[in-house]
Amino acid sequence: MKQKIGVYICHCGTNIAATVDCNELARFSITLPGVKVARDYRYLCSDPGQDLIKKDIRELSIDRVVVAACSPRMHEITFRNALSSEGLNPYFLNIANIREQCSWVHKVREEATEKAKQLLRAAVARVLCQEALTARKVEIKPSVLVVGAGIAGIQAALTIANEGMKVYLVEKAPYIGGHMAQLDKTFPTLDCASCIFTPKTVEVARSKNIELLVCSEVEEVKGYVGNFTVTIKRHPTYVDYSRCTGCGDCMEACVLKKGVPSEFEEGMARRRAIYIAFPQAVPLKAVVDNESCLLLSKGKCKKTCVEACKAEAIHFDQKEEIIEKEVGSIIIATGYDLFDPHLLPQYGYGVYENIISNLQFERLASPSGPTLGEVLLKDGTVPKGIAFLHCIGSRDENTNLYCSRVCCMASMKQAHLAKEKTGAEIYEFYIDINAFGKGYQEFYKRVREEGIYFIRGKGSEIFKRDGRLVVAAEDTLLGTPVEIPVDMVVLGTGLTARRGAERVAQIFGISQSADGFFMEAHPKLRPVSTNVDGLFLAGCCQGPKDIPDTVAQASAAAAEAITLAAKGQIEVEPTTVVIDSALCAGCKLCIEICPYSAIDFLDIKGISSVNEALCKGCGACTAICPNKAARQNHFTQDQVLSEMEGLI
Amino acid sequence: MKIDPKTFIKDYQLDICIQCGTCTGGCPVKFRSPLNMRRLVRQTYFTNDPSPLFKRPELWACTTCSTCSLRCPAGVKNVELIMGIRNLLANQGEVPSTIRDALENTFLQGNPWGRFRDRRADWAKDLGVKMIGETATETLLYVGCAPSYDPRVQNVSTALIKIFQKTDLDFGILGKKESCCGNEIRRMGEQALFKKLAKDNTNLFKKSGIKRIITISPHCFNTFKNEYPDLNIPVQHYTQVIAELIETGKLKMSKALNLLATYQDPCFLGKQNLVFDEPRKILTAIPGLEFIEMERSRQRSLCCEGGGGRMWAEGGTEGTRNGEIRIKEAVALGAKVMATACPFCLLTLEDAVKTSSLTDQIAVKDISELVAEAI
Repeated sequence: MKQKIGVYICHCGTNIAATVDCNELARFSITLPGVKVARDYRYLCSDPGQDLIKKDIRELSIDRVVVAACSPRMHEITFRNALSSEGLNPYFLNIANIREQCSWVHKVREEATEKAKQLLRAAVARVLCQEALTARKVEIKPSVLVVGAGIAGIQAALTIANEGMKVYLVEKAPYIGGHMAQLDKTFPTLDCASCIFTPKTVEVARSKNIELLVCSEVEEVKGYVGNFTVTIKRHPTYVDYSRCTGCGDCMEACVLKKGVPSEFEEGMARRRAIYIAFPQAVPLKAVVDNESCLLLSKGKCKKTCVEACKAEAIHFDQKEEIIEKEVGSIIIATGYDLFDPHLLPQYGYGVYENIISNLQFERLASPSGPTLGEVLLKDGTVPKGIAFLHCIGSRDENTNLYCSRVCCMASMKQAHLAKEKTGAEIYEFYIDINAFGKGYQEFYKRVREEGIYFIRGKGSEIFKRDGRLVVAAEDTLLGTPVEIPVDMVVLGTGLTARRGAERVAQIFGISQSADGFFMEAHPKLRPVSTNVDGLFLAGCCQGPKDIPDTVAQASAAAAEAITLAAKGQIEVEPTTVVIDSALCAGCKLCIEICPYSAIDFLDIKGISSVNEALCKGCGACTAICPNKAARQNHFTQDQVLSEMEGLI
Repeated sequence: MKIDPKTFIKDYQLDICIQCGTCTGGCPVKFRSPLNMRRLVRQTYFTNDPSPLFKRPELWACTTCSTCSLRCPAGVKNVELIMGIRNLLANQGEVPSTIRDALENTFLQGNPWGRFRDRRADWAKDLGVKMIGETATETLLYVGCAPSYDPRVQNVSTALIKIFQKTDLDFGILGKKESCCGNEIRRMGEQALFKKLAKDNTNLFKKSGIKRIITISPHCFNTFKNEYPDLNIPVQHYTQVIAELIETGKLKMSKALNLLATYQDPCFLGKQNLVFDEPRKILTAIPGLEFIEMERSRQRSLCCEGGGGRMWAEGGTEGTRNGEIRIKEAVALGAKVMATACPFCLLTLEDAVKTSSLTDQIAVKDISELVAEAI
């Protein structure tokens, strides 16, 4: 039977129509072989637009459809559904991308129209060769892996666990809470971070549905949406958690009296080799740091900790553990690193005392921090002048071009706390105040009313004069250079992608944007999803955000995971590869090149065979197969060649 | 001549300025002249005819130390803008007369002071140094103008010859065939003359079979390294070479100097080309020398005001000179010697010692002079 093709050309408002002559395109299409009807319409993706296609399928017996519109990434599903609803196999649709690949990138109307014609001719030629395919269905495992246990990971894990689903919460550090656990008060409401946060960490520890794995990292991920197999490495803590009571006697006994800088206290205090990061830590268990422990690093120690432990929980023979888990979806919430201010030497960080990062200030201001919440100089005195410098490592071509979004507000909150605690003269050196969130502008006003001086000019450098720190900048509103002496400088250090984010991206098969943060599937419409089905993002690993935005994204990621599990099964593209056993010579080239280990070798028959469940349809094997035995559905030799012929 | 402001906006990326004032805040002449880099960028951006703006004398106060453009978070090419403006002025013949003379002198005699070209290597007459072209060697010690003609800086040149002759380094100089490198010429606005110098020098170096260049001045080092379009010959500052010779044990210092010394980072060596460690390595290797760091050092060092054609410019600034500030800071540290590694720093700082009447308390010396004393 001769096929009847319907061609539909979308104006996309003026997106396409301004550059491509859509009427002309319709007149041209009708001349192509097999085309029964060709129409153009303002917005084809709208309901009336789709009805146009459906009506033609019904009334004109159209059995092949070509849509000339935007990228198939945008609306292929929309139009496939339109075909299905009329009983036509959805794989009889072909999309000619005349927006991203034509109207958006060209200026001259005649030339753009000519190119659109070529793209259409190719699409029509291809659709004639397309075959009916049926989507595969796969089961979704109702458990979720959450990677990272900061506020994002905790929020996501609790939401999912409260839904009754199993969650594996993996955290690299010995405690959960991430950066939020280090904060004192939170802007703009000034709630104490611990007060609003500790209940959540405690709930994680109590939840029967959450299996918490601290000191652990994901090593490998296999499988696909609904059926991931995850390999987790649990590093030895040298403490038996089932026995440890968190009493802290071991820390007291540790012979490393001078200690090493505490990570949790941002180097503002020291800890022993066996330690509990902070008194509210969850889990409240001791852990041995193998780098500073004399026994583990030098092989020699009196093991006073072992003696001191009444619970007999310390075991130096503990080994790392490899754990395998099956999950249906994964949420990545690996957080951020603070920008390293050493990279901007003009600010004297590391050269002078009392120049600190904003996170270090949080520890100073925290009642559980090294000064018990007093804002003091290194020598124990109260500062009389404090400068806060904005945009250190953000909005800067030399470091990171993006705005870190939280530092303006954090800086103003810290200025408020510093004023309250010290009564010092306080200066905020800023370029612009980005107070975009709910209640933020109001907070900015409040801080101004508290008598804090705002100088519109970025700090240019810091040096010492007469024993005080001098901030050099320009008051750009007056047009006057200034040099202001203070006793303490707090650098508004920005947020960066985590060190090692490349490796995480590699393990999970996701991408990073140019700034190093993980890339979402669509910046506006799919901000939680990734290019890997069943893998979602939450919090600062996707880009700098404040706590409210982080919690919102984490809840959204949890909702995605729950929705997926609730479906029970999911349709997967049938565009997989089939190997023709009659043509396969058993050379195994396809097995070598397959990035998903989806091809097995059948020894008995001496040929290769594709595991449909693992095949992602990348086409690598079809390209390398010397005998053309590997044939990919929807991308067959005929289909691709006829499309190319249509182009020339 | 009517100036097209659009060219300026595009060439120097004035449109991306976020007016944060980092440039002005870090400018070494911010309290010494009305020059306000941020305002200059904005005013140039917002005018249809910037020519009246460009007539201001403070445009000659810029030392081209580049602190502004190195720190600019937006990527504005501030120093290039200054040079672009000066280029316009030079083309129109509107430069200060002292600058004009320096440019003409360089065109005629190959050095800004207008000394005779034929006498460029007089200082080296009795030192037994190889002349490239007469004797075969692949390493050029490019002397530069100040070290060739200025009696104070000649001492640096002879010190370096003394040092290198103690090692197995096979090197030579170009003698009277050497011409100005053009670094300061470019900064004074004479782009055409700079291009000519760059072309002639490149041809001369290549014709002479030179495979490696060592410079005395960080200014020559900078322009060879970053601004000569077709040079393709590795360039080193002499401090890098000496540090290497000390490290490999080829240069030994046996005499103890027993003094407290500090160091002024030359902008064209430090900030602009990140050579911070080598000068310090040399100083700390000198026996008996105790090294003390200035409060403002490395990327935070304060410019001596000797760059950007300031050696030939007059006026445009007022108040205490940075050289005097630096010398007073060094004296307050207890330093007996202010060391540096740049002819211009040497001259401006030594001048500052005299004008501050501190000759009995501190001396300014080039690192090469200290090394020569210690061997």
